Amino acid sequence: MPAPVLELRGVQRAYSMGDTTVRALDGVDLVIQKGEFVAVMGPSGSGKSTLLNLLGCLDRPDAGQYLLDGQDVATLHDDELSGIRSERLGFIFQSFNLIQSLDVLQNIGLPLVYGGCDPAEAAQRSRALAQRVGLGDRTGHRPMELSGGQQQRVAIARSLSNNPVIILADEPTGNLDTRTGDEIMALLRELHAEGRTIVMVTHEDDIAAKAQRVVTMRDGRVQHDTGIRA
Amino acid sequence: MKRFLRMARIGSEGLKLHPLRSLLTALGIIIGVGTVIYMLAVIEGRGAEIQERIKARGSNNIILRAKKPQDDTKASASRSREVVYGLTYEDARRIHDTFDAVDVLVPVRDVSGSVYSGDARCDTVVMATVPWYLEVSRGSLQHGRWFTDLEMTDASPVTVLGAELARTLFLWKDPVGLSVRVGSKVYGVIGVLESTVTSDERESIKRDRAAYIPLTTVRERFGERNVKTGSGSMDIERVELHEVLLRVKETQDVVPVADAVRTMLRRFHTNEDYEMDVPLALLEEAQRESGKAKQLFGSIAAISLLVGGIGIMNIMLASVTERTREIGIRRALGAMRSDITLQFLVETLILSVAGGAIGIIGGIAAAAIHEQVVDDSTTMVTAMSVVLAFGISALVGVLAGVYPAVRASGMDPIEALRHE
Repeated sequence: MPAPVLELRGVQRAYSMGDTTVRALDGVDLVIQKGEFVAVMGPSGSGKSTLLNLLGCLDRPDAGQYLLDGQDVATLHDDELSGIRSERLGFIFQSFNLIQSLDVLQNIGLPLVYGGCDPAEAAQRSRALAQRVGLGDRTGHRPMELSGGQQQRVAIARSLSNNPVIILADEPTGNLDTRTGDEIMALLRELHAEGRTIVMVTHEDDIAAKAQRVVTMRDGRVQHDTGIRA
Repeated sequence: MKRFLRMARIGSEGLKLHPLRSLLTALGIIIGVGTVIYMLAVIEGRGAEIQERIKARGSNNIILRAKKPQDDTKASASRSREVVYGLTYEDARRIHDTFDAVDVLVPVRDVSGSVYSGDARCDTVVMATVPWYLEVSRGSLQHGRWFTDLEMTDASPVTVLGAELARTLFLWKDPVGLSVRVGSKVYGVIGVLESTVTSDERESIKRDRAAYIPLTTVRERFGERNVKTGSGSMDIERVELHEVLLRVKETQDVVPVADAVRTMLRRFHTNEDYEMDVPLALLEEAQRESGKAKQLFGSIAAISLLVGGIGIMNIMLASVTERTREIGIRRALGAMRSDITLQFLVETLILSVAGGAIGIIGGIAAAAIHEQVVDDSTTMVTAMSVVLAFGISALVGVLAGVYPAVRASGMDPIEALRHE
C-alpha cells in the first residue's frame, strides 16, 4: 500500500477562552489515501473546523503528528507553512473568499503569484482552469458580477491552479441554493473522478452522502468513520 | 527582486482601485512637498536677487562715509556754528599707505550747490572726486569721457553729469561740449553717466542727479566749508571728504581689511563721525539670513510632512482593517507574512513618492506663478531642494507604511478569514 497523502496521529489542539480551556481536538487519528473523497461531519463545536484549519496548515497542533505527503508539517515555521499552502493545498470556502478587486483570471491565478510562477504561464494556466469550470467567457469579470455558483466555480478553479495534492473544502455548498449546490457537488465529484484527493467539511447529510467516505466528529474526536464506500 | 516587483504590482493595483482615496491620502504629502519646493524657491530667488544687488555695489569694495556726529550739536552751538567732522585727506593717505591689499582708493567730497544751464536749474550735489572714480563706483559712461589726470592736476573746470541731471538741464539735447554753471563758475560738460544700479535707492538718486567735478577744482573754488542755510539759521560744516571708496584686491581680504581700517580710524577719530559699509559683509549677512529663513521654513515644512505622514498612516491602518478578509485569503493561498508586509509597504511608498512627485511639480508651478504675480520677484528651484523633497517624501512613506504593514502581516490567517 502506498504512503497516505495525509496522516494524523494523536493530534491535539486546545484553545484557552478566558479561564477555561477548550479542547477542540482531543487526540485525532486519521489516515486519508490518495484519491479519496472524504466528508467530515459533526455538530458545531465538534472540532471539524479546527481539523480543517490544521489540515490546511493554517494552524499547528499542540501535540501529535501531521504527515502531509510524507512530510511532518506539525513543527514547521510560519513561512514554511505558507510555502506548503501555496504548493500543495487547494482551498474552497463556504463564502467563496474571492478578492473583489481582482478579476476572475487574477483570482484563479492568485496561489501562483505566491508560488513564484511566471506570470505568463500563470495566466495561461488560469485561463485553462476557467474553461475547465465553465467560465471561459467570464475571465475579465469581477466576483461581484457573478452569481454565487459562478463564484464558487472560480474558487474551485483557484484551488486547482497550483495542482495541489489535496483540496480542502469548507461547506462548499453552504451559501448556495440546492440546485447550484448540486452543480458544485457534481463538479467536485468530477474532480474526484480525475483522481484528486478532496476533504470536505459539511453538516448536511445529503451533501456528505455524495462523498466516498464520511468521518463523523464529536467532542474533538473521530466518532465514526464509514471507510470507503462503493 | 522578482518577488519585490510582483508585490509592487499588487500594491499599485490596490491603489488604482480607489483613485480618489489615494489622492486624498497623498494630499498631505503633496502639499508638504509642494510647500517645501515653493518656499525654498522663493527664498533662494530672493537671496540670489539680494546677492546680485550687493554684488552690483562691488563685493570687493569698502565704503567709508562721513556722518555728522549726534552729540555734537550742543558743543558746537556754544563754541561756534562751524561743525567739523568726517573723513580727512589724512585718513585717505593713511589707508592708502598702510594697506597693500587696497587696490584703488577714491576720495569723494560732496558740495551742495545749484547747477544751471541757461534758465534750467537743479539744486543738487556736486561730487568732487578723482580720475579713477569709475573703477570703484561701478558707474559707467553713457557717452563722452571722464576727467583725466591732467585735468585733475590743473584743477580744470570740467564736469561729468549724472543721467538724471543731464536730462533735467538739457532735456534731449546732448550736453557734451556744452557748459553748465555751478554757483558763479562755468564748467565744460565732458561726459554723461549711465543711470546707476545699486541696492540703495537714495544713493542711486543722489548719484544720478550729481555733477562730478575734479576734487582739486572743487577745493580751489569752494574751499573746505559747506554752508547750509535753513529756517533762519546758518550751519557751516567743515568736511574734508564725505566718502572714501576702497577696492580690495582679493575678496578674502575684504573683511580683515575692513576691520583693520575701522581700528585705525578709531584711533584718529574720537567721535563716531564716519560709517563703514562693506557690501561683502552685507552679502554674508544676507546669506546667513536666507539660511535662517530656510531653517524656519524647513521646520514648518517638516511639520507639514509629518502631518502628511500621519495622514497616510491613518488611512493605511483603516485600509488594513478594511481588507482583513483579503489578507486572510492571501495568507491561506500561500502568501508569507513578508509578502503581505511588502504589499502594504509598497502601497504606502507609491502613495508618498507619487505624492512627492506631484508636490514637486505643484511647487515648481507655484514658484512660476509667484514670479508672474508678484512684481519684481525671482524664484529659483534648485536641484538640491527637489532631491531633498523627494527623499523626505520617500522616507515619510516608509516610516508611515511600516506600522500598518506589520500589523497587516501579523494577523492570524484564520481570524482574518472569519472577519466580515
